[in-house]
Amino acid sequence: MKTVVYGLMAALMFASSAAMPAIAGSEDIVVEDAWARASIGVNRPGAAYMSIRNTGDEAVTLTGLRTDLAMMPDIHQTSTNAEGVSSMAPAGEIEIAPGEAVSLEPGGLHAMLMRLQRPMAEGESFSLTLDFSDGGEIMVEVPILGIAARGPEG
Amino acid sequence: MTRRTALKYAFTGIAAIALTLVVGWWRVDGPGAPEKTELRPVALFKMEFRLSDHEGNEVGPETLIGSPTMVFFGFTYCPDVCPTTLSDISGWLDDLGEEAEGMNVVFITVDPERDTIEAMAEYVGYFHPSIRGWTGPEEEIARAAQGFRARYERVPTDGGDYTMNHTASVFLFDAEGRFTTMIDYHEPKEFAVPKIQRALNEETEGAT
Repeated sequence: MKTVVYGLMAALMFASSAAMPAIAGSEDIVVEDAWARASIGVNRPGAAYMSIRNTGDEAVTLTGLRTDLAMMPDIHQTSTNAEGVSSMAPAGEIEIAPGEAVSLEPGGLHAMLMRLQRPMAEGESFSLTLDFSDGGEIMVEVPILGIAARGPEG
Repeated sequence: MTRRTALKYAFTGIAAIALTLVVGWWRVDGPGAPEKTELRPVALFKMEFRLSDHEGNEVGPETLIGSPTMVFFGFTYCPDVCPTTLSDISGWLDDLGEEAEGMNVVFITVDPERDTIEAMAEYVGYFHPSIRGWTGPEEEIARAAQGFRARYERVPTDGGDYTMNHTASVFLFDAEGRFTTMIDYHEPKEFAVPKIQRALNEETEGAT
């Protein structure tokens, strides 16, 4: 019986690796609760949020973002200092430890969508590709919620 | 080296040290010292500035006296902090319902170059109907920020654009215009709502 299970697992693993040609590492990444706010026109930068979980046993590094929605998508970090002044800066590469998740959420990390190519309309969605240091990539479909949305549920 | 040149070097050296000391004193304790930063906003009736609301009405600190007030600084090109805070404020106002009716809720831009009256009108329209957007000439924004002890700074970004760093706290005043307290950025609702109630209740105390 054990052998059958192992055999089945091997077959499944083979099937999944054939379907997704990512190298070990980024294939263990699961993206959950992605959402973005609608934009007013295209002049203002947009923001998208999500949780990126590493279910594998090796650290994985997120190196960049790609989307046809924005010419300059980048992960930014908002921070607020002791005097209550908040600022925003590119976050650089983000390492996700095995078993850990990195949250892109309001007031912290966010996918900053600069140079929008079209307005982000509420009710629509767009695809965002996450690039990882092992050469793997994950495409996420991000639903666009209202401007006043506070989380993935609106 | 002759004795005269040696003296010249010594004199130059002493003069340089003396100059450094004077400059140091000037910048740290003397008239050139940076003003001590005071973090509490002054009372609304002590502020002076003239701005326009998003409907083009002329407004100033005196517009806010008579009802409790909530003020937040930001800009509409802000992708993360400002929509989050305005949504938070909208949520608090929904929670308070009738209790917060008549409260002044004002969003003052720190980016008047891009945030025209029309831009403010469009932006605030997406949030709670009580929220008013105020903008105006840069020097008037600066005077307003000074009264609230709010800070802001223009920061260039890649590609020739710019963003603004700014104070993200929400300031609360009672109906008479006295500062009561502030809500920090992203402070949980359980703390924020009672703080607003405090500003609202001071009105009742004043009325009785």
